[in-house]
Formats: sequence, structure tokens, C-alpha cells
Amino acid sequence: MKKLKKSTINNIISFGIVIIAFIICQSMISSGAMKRSLKGQLVPICVYIVMAISLNLVVGISGELSLGHAGFMSIGAFSGIIAAAWLNALFNIESELLRLILAMLVGGVFAGIAGVLIGIPVLRLRGDYLAIVTLAFGEIIRNVLNCLYFSLDGKRLIVSFNNPNIPGTILVNGPAGATVADKIATFPMGFALIIFTLIVVMNLINSRSGRAIMATRDNRIAAEAMGINVTKYKMMAFVTAAVLAGMAGALYGLNFSTVAASKFKFDTSILVLVFVVLGGIGNIWGSIIAATLLTVLPELLRTFADYRMLVYAIVLILVMLVTNNPILRSVFSRIGRRGSRDAQTQVGGADE
Amino acid sequence: MVSFLRFLINGISLGSVYAIIALGYTMVYGIAKMLNFAHGDVIMVGAYIAFCAMSYLALPPLLAVLCAMAVCTVLGVLIEGLAYRPLRDATKLAVLITAIGVSYLLQNTALLIWSANPKVFPSVFNVGSIKLFDGNLVITSEIILTIVANIVIMIVLTLFTGRTKMGKAMRAVSEDRGAAELMGINVNRTISVTFAIGSALAAIAGVLLCSSYPTLMPTTGSMPGIKAFTAAVFGGIGSIPGAMIGGLLLGVIEILGKAYISTELGDAIVFAVLIIVLLFKPAGLLGKPVHEKV
Repeated sequence: MKKLKKSTINNIISFGIVIIAFIICQSMISSGAMKRSLKGQLVPICVYIVMAISLNLVVGISGELSLGHAGFMSIGAFSGIIAAAWLNALFNIESELLRLILAMLVGGVFAGIAGVLIGIPVLRLRGDYLAIVTLAFGEIIRNVLNCLYFSLDGKRLIVSFNNPNIPGTILVNGPAGATVADKIATFPMGFALIIFTLIVVMNLINSRSGRAIMATRDNRIAAEAMGINVTKYKMMAFVTAAVLAGMAGALYGLNFSTVAASKFKFDTSILVLVFVVLGGIGNIWGSIIAATLLTVLPELLRTFADYRMLVYAIVLILVMLVTNNPILRSVFSRIGRRGSRDAQTQVGGADE
Repeated sequence: MVSFLRFLINGISLGSVYAIIALGYTMVYGIAKMLNFAHGDVIMVGAYIAFCAMSYLALPPLLAVLCAMAVCTVLGVLIEGLAYRPLRDATKLAVLITAIGVSYLLQNTALLIWSANPKVFPSVFNVGSIKLFDGNLVITSEIILTIVANIVIMIVLTLFTGRTKMGKAMRAVSEDRGAAELMGINVNRTISVTFAIGSALAAIAGVLLCSSYPTLMPTTGSMPGIKAFTAAVFGGIGSIPGAMIGGLLLGVIEILGKAYISTELGDAIVFAVLIIVLLFKPAGLLGKPVHEKV
């Protein structure tokens, strides 16, 4: 058998993990072995996995620290919820699956538009300045969404700014958030979204464009000298990530009966960033595992009751200290070199 | 006109608090080159300590502030030594995530000790007010105190970094850590001192913030923390006068924006101004542009 390329092996691992996990979960659901609390978390886990993979595209592959990823998620969530309700009123779509897919597409498109608008100014900046501006955009999005009111009057969609007195059934009620009439998000759809995300991201990374993006990360000036249009490729990664986050957001929004903009504040962006860093920057299947474990972890820590967020914080600090300890690091890389894979060159590539 | 003046004075007062917090951010960034996200929570701890000292121990306000400063200084040095020092050579992101972990740790410890119920901060510095324009314009003693404290801190810090040996060491470390070490400067001690100063300032800021906005919760520090961070970037991160100007401008813009444009969009206006400034001056108002070398 021909020896497989490293990227191919990585792809197989990523897809394998997701498919096996999906089969296990599905069989557990059908045999009734899954606890109710865990079952309710399946869709959020899928959403966070997609968020982590898409943020990894920005932080790990394109090497820009983004602190406002939840902003795209919120745009996707709100536009997806509105689209699901409005499309239902306009065309009376019977199939829930079709409505969900359309809502996710709309969420992705709107988040993508926002990604382009935000990316133009943001990607002119470098390093920490870029990070703070993405943070600022995330906060602006949340603030503006807090002032928006949408309602559905028959087939008419009414939008108002800062004025809650609008006719019809209220869909989005400013700071109180959006009300979802029917929760149409499903776990298989979440799984499908993860697979879609993996296909998009893997193909992007292993393409000519992906290599150009990584070249701009590793050395901007050298990449520019080789004739790579840095802004174009950074933009490509940024907007792709925004679209994926928007689709995840739409799925997330349609999983709950109410969603407020305060759900998508700075803390959510940070949470996703933590998934990416703990999973290994630039490592896609690492993101998947970290997102799953860290979404389930607070549930598992229920026994600690009041102390669980405290334990979470301590675990976070300790993991960072241990994984960055130079002595342990050299031990790890020696073990890694002895194995089939040589020391992962992708890990930690964003800042060096 | 009178109302404009009132908003302006309120803005300067809020901006002074932001400026004091931003000084902590900017000094730490200048020297350790890290975004210390836990800084906002040190403010909260300082405010709680002062609150406890005044409410439970019945200490006079000035002593309570000193108490808070002492606790925060120790806390700052401890955080730096235990969490950040082992990561001195790690990637920036690793340090950032650790800082976020510390921030969660402080918030949740505060939640366990003082519970989530908001505490009402006593109005200790209220010793009367100045009334101008037939009582239309009231300047409270808290506002005056905040502004005076800001000016004093600014002068002391400028003298400290400019004239003392430690200040010189700080500037040297911020310019080139490796070269500073070769010149015999104890880099670790310099960074510890920076954290100590930043945290003591955070304690003062916490007390000033809570005497103007008297609800105290474990999350009290996070939004002012983010705003002050924005202020530090606005003025050019790493620059002390920049933090001062950035903080003041941000406070004034926030209050005026809330008063004249939209209350709900106050924060959005602040961040929008930041983005516009960074587009035209990518290193902030007073920041030095960094030239890339091949």
C-alpha cells in the first residue's frame, strides 16, 4: 500500500473521530442509554465544534488572533431564527429539515457579509491591535442587536430600531432576545454541519490557497515577496470562518426557545478560543476533542456544585502551565519523534 | 449648555477611572508584552476589600483604600509569579489563555466569598458638593476626588518612570528585554514591581469606580476592564501618557454618546471610535509605529 501523506492521515483521523462519535451517540440514543442532560447538550456540542474549527482557521491557519468570533455566531443565530419564521410565513414550507437548512444558509450568508465588512478594516491591522478591534466589533454587534426589534405581521417582516412598539408577532425583542416558535435543530443536522465544516476547512488548508494563507502566517514579508496577495488570503480565511460560525449560530439559535444577544458576549468568544488553544493551535481534530470535552466538563463537574467554575479555571491554568513547561515539552516532543509522526510543526505556529 | 458641562464633567470623572485602570494595562503590556485580562478582576477584588474594611471592620476610608492597595499588590505579584512567570517564553496565546483562566478564578472565588448579590458600596467620600449656575451644575466631591487622584497618579508615575532607577529599569526592559538582562537588570523583579504598581492602581480605581457607581458584584470589574483595555490601545498601548489621554477621551465619548446619541448604543459608540482611530493611526494616538524588519 502506498504511504499516505501526513495531511491525508490527519483528515482521516478528523473524519473518523466525528463519524465514530456520531454512531456511538446515535446508538446510545436509540437504546436509551444516554442521560437526558447529555442529550440536551448534543446540539450545543456540535455548534461549539464548528465554532472551534472555524476559529482555528483564523487563529491557527491564518495566524490572526480574533476575540470576536461569537459576534458572527450571534448574527447567524438571529438571521437564522428570523429566516426560519419568515420563510415559513411566506412559502409555508412543511419540511422542518428544509427550513433548517435554509435558515442555516441565511445565517451563513449574513455572517459572511458581516465578515467581509469587518475584515476590510480589521485585516489592515497587526497583532494585538487586530485582536482588540475584533473584540470591539464583537461588542458592537451585541450592542446593536440589543436595540433591534423584528416582528412578523402576516407575511410582512417589520424591522425597527430602538422602538419595541411594532405590530404583529414579535420575533426579536431587543435585549430580551429572539423567541423561537419551533425548535427545529437536530443532532443529525449538527453532525452534518460538522462534516460540511471539515470538508470545507480541510480542502481549504490542503489547497493552493491554504498554503498561501499559511505562508502569510509564517512570514508575511516573505510571502508578499513571493507574490502572494496577503490581504486577499487573510480575507479568505476570515470570511470562511465567519460563514461557518454564522451557520453554527443559526443551528444554535434554533435549538432553544429563546436566545438573547447577551448569550454571545465576549466570554463566548473566549470560550471558543480556549477550545482552539487547548486542542492545539492549527490542529483540527484537537479542536474537535477540546470542544467536546470542555462543553461536557462543566456538566461532569456538577458534583462540585458551586465550585465547578472555580475548578474549571484552575484546570485551565494548570493545563496551560503544564503544556508550556519547557522540560515536559521536550519530553513530549521526544516521545512524538519516536512515534510515526514527527513533532507537530503546526502547534504554536501562530506567534512564532 | 449647562447640561453639556455636566455630561462633560461626568465623562472626565469616568474617564479618569478608565485612565487609572488603563495605566495598569499599559505598563504591564509595555514591559511583559502580555494582555493581562485578569486586570479588570483585580479592580473588583480591590473594591470588595475596601468595602469589607469599611463595612465590617469600620475602618476610616483612607485606611480602607490602603488596605485594598496592599491586598491587590500582593495579589498582583502572586498572580505574576505563579501563573505568568512560568510562561515567560511561551507563545503569546498561551499567556493570554492563562490570563483568562486567572480572570475566571478571581471572579469565581469572589462569587464564593461574597456571593452574587450586589453589595451597595458606601458613599464614603461624599463630603458635600460644589453648586454652580444656581444649582444647575452639581459637582460632587467624588468627581473632584477622582479627577485629583488621576492627576496625582499621572504626575507620580511620570516622575517614577523618568527619574528613579527602577523606572529606568522598567523602560529598559520594555525596550529590549534581552539587552536589559545583559546590562545586569533583574528582569523578573522589574516585572514583579510593574505588576505590583498596576495592581495597586487597580485597587484605587476599584474604590473610585464604586464610589461613583455603587453596585459591587463579582463581575463589576470585567466591563470597565475591557473599556480600559480599549482606552490603553486607543492611546497607544505601552505609552503612559497615551493611557491617560485614551482613558479620558473614552470616558467623555461614552457619557456624551449616551447622553446625545443613544443610551443603549453607548458602548457601541466607544468601540466604533476606537476602530476609526486605529484605522487612521494603527498604533493608537501616541503609540510608536513599529517598523518591520526582514
